[in-house]
Amino acid sequence: MTTSLTLVRRIKARPAIVFDALVTAEGIAQWWGPDAGPVLVAESDPRVGGRFRVRFRLLDGSEHESTGEYLEVAPAERVRMSWRWTTGGADAGESEVEMVLRPIPEGTELTFTHRRLEDAASVQSHTGGWNGALDKLAAVFEK
Amino acid sequence: MVLTDRLDRTFAALSDPTRRAILARLERDDEGATVSALAAPLPIKLPAVMKHLDVLDEAGLIIRAKSGRTVTVRLASRPMREAMDWLKRYERFWSPRLDRLAAYAEAMEEKARQVESKKEGR
Repeated sequence: MTTSLTLVRRIKARPAIVFDALVTAEGIAQWWGPDAGPVLVAESDPRVGGRFRVRFRLLDGSEHESTGEYLEVAPAERVRMSWRWTTGGADAGESEVEMVLRPIPEGTELTFTHRRLEDAASVQSHTGGWNGALDKLAAVFEK
Repeated sequence: MVLTDRLDRTFAALSDPTRRAILARLERDDEGATVSALAAPLPIKLPAVMKHLDVLDEAGLIIRAKSGRTVTVRLASRPMREAMDWLKRYERFWSPRLDRLAAYAEAMEEKARQVESKKEGR
């Protein structure tokens, strides 16, 4: 009974490589930040109970941070973590992110799900970090 | 009410499968439906349906209009639209990031293949 967002990507890389990009600090620093503006901190301890922290700055100078704890870590298959968003000192509630990797002939199909979004509803979601091109809506109301 | 309070109410109202079924039914018909028509396909008694309608009403998701002894229920579109807009913000956050993740992983795959083909060539 949660509100969730699901996105799927087909990636021309083997699951083990995609997995490393998802959970290593080195990988996270490459993709987690905004289009423009630097990733300031990327820390990750990808094992159950380990934590991650990503901090980045937007061009307007504002800094934003995502933190959380790894809840499930199955190398090259699946990773699930709690997710908390802090922006301008305002703390949103805790939600959950899960990424599932499935091998396909051309590489990997990544299914990304951000769950319990209703618990993060207090976030100041109009902040600059949310800007970007509008893709097709893939939001689903899960049973 | 500020937006985040309205969103909280909207999502709380949407968190129940019976209420989602009622909204899905109302979405199919701009004219709305009577309470008895809404209740007919549901496996619960009328008073329980009424309670669900109260929750939806308080969240501003439906409009009830009484005519004689008949109550007609219609969908109110604004809170749903706000909820969808809010979800879109999350999509706008993640979508470009996943694109960059894919590009990065594909570059790493290229590298790994080059290393592997060199090893094989030895």
